[in-house]
Amino acid sequence: MTEQQMAFYVDLAACSGCKACQIACKDKNDLDVGIMWRRVVEYVGGDWTRSGDAWVSTVYAYSVTVSCLHCEDAPCATACPSSALVKRDDGVVLIDESRCIGCRYCEWSCPYGALQFDGDTGKMTKCDFCADYLDEGKDPACVASCPMRAMDYGPLDELRERYGDLAEVAPLPDPSISRPAVVFGPHPDSRAGASTSGRIGNLEEV
Amino acid sequence: MSDATQTENLLTETLLSRRSFVKMSAAVGGTAALAGGGVKYGLEWANRSAAAQGETTVVPTGCAHNCGGRCAIRAWVEDGRVTRIETDQRPDTFEDPQLRACMRGRSNRKRLYHPDRLKYPMKRVGERGSGEFERISWDEALDTVAEEMTRIKEEYGPESMYRNYATGGGSTMRGSINATRLMNLFGGQLNSYNNYSWAAAQWATPYSLGTQLSGSSRDDWVNSKFILAWGFNPAEMIFGTNTQHYLKEAQRAGAKIIVIDPRMTMTASAIADEWIPIRPGTDNALMDAMAYVMITEGLHDQDFLDTYTIGFDEDHMPDGIPPGNSYRSYVMGEGEDATPKTPEWAESITLIPRDRIIRLAREFAMTKPAALIQGTGMNRRAYGEQPVRGGINLAAMTGNIGINGGWASGMGLCERGISVGGFPGGENPVEAAIPVYLWTEAIVRGTEMGPEDGLVGVDRLPSNIKFVYNCGGNCLVNQHGDINKTVEILKDTSLCEFIVVHEHFMNASAKFADILLPAAMDLEQDDLATTWAWGESLISFSKAVEPLYEARTDYDICADLAERLGIGEEFTEGKTQEEWVREAVEVTEETYDDFPGYETWREEGIYVAKFDEPFVAFKDFREDPEEHPLETPSGKIEIFSEAIWDLDREGLPAVAQYVPEWEGGPWDPLYEKYPLSCMGSHYQRRSHSTFDEIPWLDEAMPQRLFMSTVDAESRGIEDGDLVRIFNDRGEVRIAVRVTPRLVPGLVDLPQGGWWEPDEDGVDIGGSVNTLTSLKTTPGAFGNAQHTALVEVEKA
Repeated sequence: MTEQQMAFYVDLAACSGCKACQIACKDKNDLDVGIMWRRVVEYVGGDWTRSGDAWVSTVYAYSVTVSCLHCEDAPCATACPSSALVKRDDGVVLIDESRCIGCRYCEWSCPYGALQFDGDTGKMTKCDFCADYLDEGKDPACVASCPMRAMDYGPLDELRERYGDLAEVAPLPDPSISRPAVVFGPHPDSRAGASTSGRIGNLEEV
Repeated sequence: MSDATQTENLLTETLLSRRSFVKMSAAVGGTAALAGGGVKYGLEWANRSAAAQGETTVVPTGCAHNCGGRCAIRAWVEDGRVTRIETDQRPDTFEDPQLRACMRGRSNRKRLYHPDRLKYPMKRVGERGSGEFERISWDEALDTVAEEMTRIKEEYGPESMYRNYATGGGSTMRGSINATRLMNLFGGQLNSYNNYSWAAAQWATPYSLGTQLSGSSRDDWVNSKFILAWGFNPAEMIFGTNTQHYLKEAQRAGAKIIVIDPRMTMTASAIADEWIPIRPGTDNALMDAMAYVMITEGLHDQDFLDTYTIGFDEDHMPDGIPPGNSYRSYVMGEGEDATPKTPEWAESITLIPRDRIIRLAREFAMTKPAALIQGTGMNRRAYGEQPVRGGINLAAMTGNIGINGGWASGMGLCERGISVGGFPGGENPVEAAIPVYLWTEAIVRGTEMGPEDGLVGVDRLPSNIKFVYNCGGNCLVNQHGDINKTVEILKDTSLCEFIVVHEHFMNASAKFADILLPAAMDLEQDDLATTWAWGESLISFSKAVEPLYEARTDYDICADLAERLGIGEEFTEGKTQEEWVREAVEVTEETYDDFPGYETWREEGIYVAKFDEPFVAFKDFREDPEEHPLETPSGKIEIFSEAIWDLDREGLPAVAQYVPEWEGGPWDPLYEKYPLSCMGSHYQRRSHSTFDEIPWLDEAMPQRLFMSTVDAESRGIEDGDLVRIFNDRGEVRIAVRVTPRLVPGLVDLPQGGWWEPDEDGVDIGGSVNTLTSLKTTPGAFGNAQHTALVEVEKA
């Protein structure tokens, strides 16, 4: 049991999908194309219907930036046969690459696709919550990058007190699977996780 | 040893090594010395951090391209190599928000070390445009350029010399200004006016308001109750660092925000309360119908119109204008066309349901104060002058001009900004000027051009353009209209005899160089920048690393050319680039009491001018129109412009109104063949064509044709299909993204994709300008690149 649980907050009503967070993450962690510790999913839905000459739209769209959510019940840590995945005292899930045998069990176990295989090293990689920055008292690179100020982070209970407890949002998986350490601020059009009214609009990008 | 002492020592060491790169003091040391946090946990992950191991210096610099923003970059440098890009680390407040770099800014390390960077000077050896080059020495390159400049100036005169429009660099010491200075000192050059961004807006706004600077400051948006972001999309096209943030803050403060746009932009989905899709190019029809609703329901501010405007109704017209020419007469169908501009009329044009138009008109007229903030995509259309002045009409009809929370509409730049000097471009002895979009025309038939083509300063040009200096921009090919026609002109070396290009990469413009010179990037030089939109901040650029390979700064290149041309001393005035930076800031130092001084500013990297309260455009005029008249002929807001009336040009009515576009819709005969309207939006992954080369950004947002689900379905096209996009001007072949986020009938090929013709001339890189036209707007002679019809089919 960890002493506290660090968590991310994303205001979906403000996340534009600009991906400054994704690139700030890639730059800090020097990630090649193909490895994205943070990704931004576009969820779109709605239709166009004709009304006389006019078009009537029920189209909606919102973006969800998602990284490893440092789950309270991290399935990756359970799945790892070599104990390479460790949950720190602050709840941050870290991978010790020296112990990783590259079996990719964690990749299959993670509902968020957060664990990503580096073909060059033969090891798994993942978001470390910028643990080095946290230890220095700095904000994680993604949070500090957001031009819309849509992101925040902190102990999960504090975030919930401040922003509510929404963790279930389409197209992310059911949070009961792994109890992700995340709080979302709702977008006016955001749908519950089980929604099939829309689809991922930018599949090739995530 | 206490922790504090240890930190101090680390800082000292870091600073010592840093001084070899830039002169910096302890003030910026806070983030420089880093103890590896991972030690505590004994995990290897900590080694990932470059800074955890060696000594890292943090160099304050910036990202200055042409998105309208200029953002803070803090380059981590280790062993002479940039290892990380951070952005602003100052406290983040509403009054003084951090200048956070976006994904482009955060990719600057990948630009710097891109394997495709131009590494040494080259001369063309194949046909012009073939991309066949041979490495040469700097001496040979500069000797050749100097000889050609001398020869062509002597043979054809200074009017044959042209510095092409270029905004790839957005800093004070950018390439374009260096080339301008060089050519001006060398005897002059053919001038150009306008730009590729907002020729029509710059032209039209003063006819209504007497100035281009019609905007208030952004911190005033929180005072609005209702914001109509009309084609205004700062979340994607930026328009000043933090503009999207200010707009979101306005919503958080209670403003209702509606976006009117043919695309559900990121601004629409993440900032606005509602999106109203509209057929592109029909904005004035919506404006006119909103005016109709306001007039018929008595919602307009007649007192404001009577006091501050002319031309709204027949009682307030200039002498000698026949009746029926006021805006009210036009709207009510009492003018020449006898068509009332009803919501029903507008529905069939704009594709917006009539009920929504009525509701929008009421909401806008009855919620005070309200701001109609225009984007400028609309002004790059066939009749781009009309929406600019049309927006001002609605702002005037609702009395939202000159007050907190209001907005005068029009171009919208703000007169308040930071005082800072620049690198002087020098005096040009040549009077003649062409509209910037017609430079290829001036290569082909410059001597035949006259006032009817927008030529000013002379009646006729003595020469066609024979020499082009293209320094730090991609408008030679990629960003100019109708690429296939443009390259046909450029390929003929008997027309334009010599082209010199400074570039970072082998883009389309670089391929058309006769001499191609590798330029240094922002991270490789001392510079400064302020944003063109709401420029209240001044970012210092310190050189993070020496220029790579044989790259040189634009300043050094032009200085060496000047030397060869016998104007070396005049060009440099004996100063280094850094000394020019110092000189530019002198006025800032004199103006602001809290400016920390040159050295400290260089160390800290950012200075932001502070203001006590939001700036409200036209406040004086609102308070006392007699004492503070506008700079229009009447001193009032000119809804009817007699000056435009006197021009008597087709497509340029004296009151702003809907004019059906060529290549606009079903009314154009071409529509049968090409039934889709094609625009080129500003894509987040690029600033125009800059950053297109970055694999991280290509992964994040690949170049695609965006197509509505409705149009894709009717053509049997599915998401991801390879498609042909074509018209009589050219063909692009690229994968499609099918999305409901576009109004049916519109396709969007984000502008700035790099033109890459295959052996059949089909562009497989995806430049929208393969499809755009060289036609100009009737008032400004501005580019109308968003107006184009195409068809799309599965490849």
